[in-house]
Amino acid sequence: MMHGVAQALPRDPLLKVENLVVEYAVGAKTIHAVSDVSLEIARGETLGLVGESGCGKSTLGRAILQLRPADSGRVVFDGCELTALRGEALRKMRRRIQLIFQDPIASLNPRRQIGDIVAEPLAIAGHRDDKKRQALVEEMLGAVGLDPAIVTGRLPHEFSGGQCQRISIARALVLNPEFIVCDEPVSALDVSIRAQILNLLEEMKARFGLTLLFIAHDLAVVKAVSDRVAVMYLGRFCEVGPSEQLFANPAHPYTALLIEAIPVPDPDVRPAERVRVGEPPSPIAPPSGCRFRTRCVRADKRCSEEVPELREIAPNRHVACHHPLM
Amino acid sequence: MTAPVLLSVEDVAVDLPTPRGNLRAVDHVDLEVAAGRTLGIVGESGCGKTMLSRAILQLLPKRAKLAGRVLFDGQDLLRLGSSALRKLRARSLAVVFQDPMTSLNPVLTIGTQLIETLMEHLVIDLAAARARSIALLAEVGIPAPEQRLMQYPHELSGGMRQRVALAIALSCEPKLLIADEPTTALDVTIQAQILDLLAREQRRRHMAMILITHDLGIVAGRTDEVAVMYAGRVVERAPTQALFKSMRMPYTQALLAAIPKLDAPPHAPLPAISGRPPDPTRPLEGCSFSPRCRYAAARCQREKPVLREAEEAEHHYACFNPLKITAGLSA
Repeated sequence: MMHGVAQALPRDPLLKVENLVVEYAVGAKTIHAVSDVSLEIARGETLGLVGESGCGKSTLGRAILQLRPADSGRVVFDGCELTALRGEALRKMRRRIQLIFQDPIASLNPRRQIGDIVAEPLAIAGHRDDKKRQALVEEMLGAVGLDPAIVTGRLPHEFSGGQCQRISIARALVLNPEFIVCDEPVSALDVSIRAQILNLLEEMKARFGLTLLFIAHDLAVVKAVSDRVAVMYLGRFCEVGPSEQLFANPAHPYTALLIEAIPVPDPDVRPAERVRVGEPPSPIAPPSGCRFRTRCVRADKRCSEEVPELREIAPNRHVACHHPLM
Repeated sequence: MTAPVLLSVEDVAVDLPTPRGNLRAVDHVDLEVAAGRTLGIVGESGCGKTMLSRAILQLLPKRAKLAGRVLFDGQDLLRLGSSALRKLRARSLAVVFQDPMTSLNPVLTIGTQLIETLMEHLVIDLAAARARSIALLAEVGIPAPEQRLMQYPHELSGGMRQRVALAIALSCEPKLLIADEPTTALDVTIQAQILDLLAREQRRRHMAMILITHDLGIVAGRTDEVAVMYAGRVVERAPTQALFKSMRMPYTQALLAAIPKLDAPPHAPLPAISGRPPDPTRPLEGCSFSPRCRYAAARCQREKPVLREAEEAEHHYACFNPLKITAGLSA
């Protein structure tokens, strides 16, 4: 059965995820991190993936990269099934897929010089020509807005968070990948630096023809860079749709809740005293039926009995809810 | 603004010796908070907002040098002895930090930490302290508070831990609560709930609050007054409505513009502030924001603008080329 396909624009998917399941064993219990998720990302598209901590969005990103084996389901990249690859074949494919992490400082080896950090993927991929390697590193550092003459010999602690994230982006780009998973790349940064890095990612995407999976918990940030957005809750997709439509007209009550929670920088918009919305339940024992029902004002008996399937309610708009808002 | 002044910060400067030379973390700041009011302090990492709050709390690192005066509830905090300070911090001057794990003891249960605080500072017996702890946990929205007393901090979610930290901070009915980035580590939905909770408890207890954040969105609907800090100084200070209606400092405007807007189309380039704040060990001759400011003129590089009152009362800014009054939100 192939339900819950986050249907891409019907052209040329670069990445296809089919019925992916990832579970972690914690003692005798199981954490249902990703439960039967399917999605497609078209070549050149940015898919935003939002949800609260623990919803499984990072696990999904890692499972796509094969950094965390899937318990079932398939990941197909450019026609090649990554979930079936092992060893050298997988390593070869991985050059085309890169990852940018949340904590820019912790993701750089503190004892290595910036030039070596950015050159490392090239060394691993077997680029033996030192001169060529150095030229590539310098080109990438320049592309992300750093002066190679100044930065190559320095260590990560000499740089601010924003600069470290630029270095991470240079490292991710140096192998000329096609697809990048950005896992909360700006969550640790200040507002002003965040805007710089988001602009840089957009610029790099256009310049190198990248396809992105952009994971974040901040909807406004996701909207700024994404063509489509998938909203995830406790391991499942709630809603997938073009970002502008999804924000103007959320169909899932959870999407509406996330949008309402964004602080608005306007003193005339008084934050409403909200309905008590609580916290997500444990992914060890997710609620029966719709996993969001325990926080949902529209929930009824059906929601506790029947898992809502992701279905198309308008062109390109998919929602998994028995009582959608539209 | 008839409420009496509860806290007044007068010409406070904090210097930290570093291997690279002296670092002026707070550069002659003046602030006031009236009883029951909320002051928002906004700025980027390294702007000195946390050092300022630590100066108010007298919790600066040992090597720091503090100058100026901090008057709280009629007392000069710089002249108080350590035991008087401890008592003051426990009873009337409370704080909640960004990461509740830094203020909660990981090896003690929630109950022990709450009950200990209450018994140390209030004349109260164990049974009464226990009952009050349960009531406090319920007030801050913790379900099944009796069972939570036996749990350790690591058994709770980030949002729940912040609620516990808040319960401890509120336990002795403080007159002023300093909330230093209380929601930065939390998800948006939890952030909204914690901010709502802070506002509710503040109203109920008629407590004053300093809300420190890097996000102008957070202070907009939740403060009476806002002070914007940059490179150790307050560069703009105004009643919240006035600040958002007619911001005068180019930095404040740039900070606001850099927040992604929900009504902007996807892929619209964000108006980022180019460059980054100056090295605090190498203070600039002129305005600290001038290298990043698109309105900067020759004078801005030579001379430091002082914080002065604008044409409108209570609106202060430190800028030679302030924005026109019609700017601000519409800009």
